[in-house]
Amino acid sequence: MSNKVENQKGWLFVLPVVLLVAFNAVIPLMTVVNYSVQETFGNNEFFFEGVTWFEQLLHSSRFHDALRRQLLFTGMVLVIQMPLGVAIALAMPRRGPWVSVCLVLMAMPLLIPWNVVGAMWNIFALPDIGLLGRMLNEIGIDYNFTQGPVAAWVTLVAMDVWHWTSLVVLLAYAGLSAIPDAYYQAARIDGASAWAVFRHIQLPKMKRVLTIAILLRFMDSFMIYTEPFVLTGGGPGNSTTLLSIDLVKLALGQFDLGPAAAMSLVYFLIVLVISWLFYTLMTRDEAEA
Amino acid sequence: MKRLKWLVPTLYILFLLLPIYWLVSMSFKHTNEILGGFTLWPRNFTLDNYRTIFTDPTWYGGYINSIIYVLMNTVLSVAVALPAAYAFSRYRFLGDKHLFFWLLTNRMAPPAVFALPFFQLYSAVGLFDTHIAVALAHCLFNIPLAVWILEGFMSGVPKELDETAYVDGYGFWRFFIRIFLPTIAAGIGVAAFFCFMFSWVELLLAKTLTSVWAKPIAATMTRTASTSGYELGLLAAAGTLTIIPGAVVIWFVRNYIARGFALGRV
Repeated sequence: MSNKVENQKGWLFVLPVVLLVAFNAVIPLMTVVNYSVQETFGNNEFFFEGVTWFEQLLHSSRFHDALRRQLLFTGMVLVIQMPLGVAIALAMPRRGPWVSVCLVLMAMPLLIPWNVVGAMWNIFALPDIGLLGRMLNEIGIDYNFTQGPVAAWVTLVAMDVWHWTSLVVLLAYAGLSAIPDAYYQAARIDGASAWAVFRHIQLPKMKRVLTIAILLRFMDSFMIYTEPFVLTGGGPGNSTTLLSIDLVKLALGQFDLGPAAAMSLVYFLIVLVISWLFYTLMTRDEAEA
Repeated sequence: MKRLKWLVPTLYILFLLLPIYWLVSMSFKHTNEILGGFTLWPRNFTLDNYRTIFTDPTWYGGYINSIIYVLMNTVLSVAVALPAAYAFSRYRFLGDKHLFFWLLTNRMAPPAVFALPFFQLYSAVGLFDTHIAVALAHCLFNIPLAVWILEGFMSGVPKELDETAYVDGYGFWRFFIRIFLPTIAAGIGVAAFFCFMFSWVELLLAKTLTSVWAKPIAATMTRTASTSGYELGLLAAAGTLTIIPGAVVIWFVRNYIARGFALGRV
């Protein structure tokens, strides 16, 4: 970092990026801010409302419920996918022809359009014609994700595990591949147990990629929309209505622009603050070590 | 225990393949067979679903639209990210760290937040329902990602390379294109892969910004589901076909996927 040269021409290099991203980010964001403080009755007539929508939002039980469901979902996703992904990466072969086969097969779910993922899991889990649903009912488990909230949640989380665990695997595997063989040889000479190798060699070496994995999984699971929308449509009832689904209902379904804009800003802010907290917590440890 | 280690990835891959198998097997069934009862594999194997897709322009047009805007977005994102990543990895300039972080925050913007304002913005500038609109909109999250990945790769290249080239009398652009870009070819491949991937799988914005002429295949699928009842076989065939471009791309970059994020700086 320190050997960078001072050169204000750098701005010319980043200008195209700044312009493109600003066009996409700043203008829409200003639109949202604008709506968030106004009321409209159609006909393009707007009235200044101040912070009404924000106050309403913070006291709205609908928002609280959606936020609680969102936090539960993201929590479950992280708790399941991180350890599972690391375990699979540890069990993968280090070299040989199987590595490519494993990586290609595992990366498949990542490249399927999100609504196809939802539709695929829908027909996979349907109790009458789906492979999973039919099997579960055959062995005597009463399972119908379109009726029971618990079954809907299990299906939703299973789908996300299916969809995204591979990203954690790929990242963890990349971290593991960067460990020189000499480390393992030294550990073998010392007679270190598998756990000790993991705790003192592999885990510290994977820390950087795992930080990226946690950040990406947090952001993406917190912003998830298409897959649950296609799979359950937020139901049964409102039991799987996560933040994005609720927001789209409010903005495009009911066309309540003001409240939807206020919710958008609060939503974005939550993602930013939590990501920033994750980031500082994890990089602070790094500075100490 | 050591001997059973291969079981873990094998079981995991099996779990990954099950829903895909179900989708593919359904795509070879008639809708009647799907709804009529439970069959583990197609009893009356049929290619009708695929035939419909390849002969009906509203179906195959969707594929062409998707591929057009995904490629446009990939080329655009990587092209503008290259000089920017170079500046971030080599130069210090006013506000560089803040700028880098600001770029990354755009990766954290929920697409649902931007759906409505994007619709209004792109309608206002007359780009609604064009491929370029979707390609530009996807820059929101793909440019930060491309800059992040490329910056990681570029920082891995020693600065002596740049200095030697200047001493040898190379001008900046000649050096950048002839020497520097080939050096980080792997990084460009990885960045392009991730741009392709995130543009290909995104639907909410792509659907919001198009209606007829640039409608992505994934949106065609949702429309069909609602108008002509539930043509499950057809839907399954269309879904199966959306997996193929991704699978092809993965095969080409298989040795670099894992390195992509690993080299990016947090």
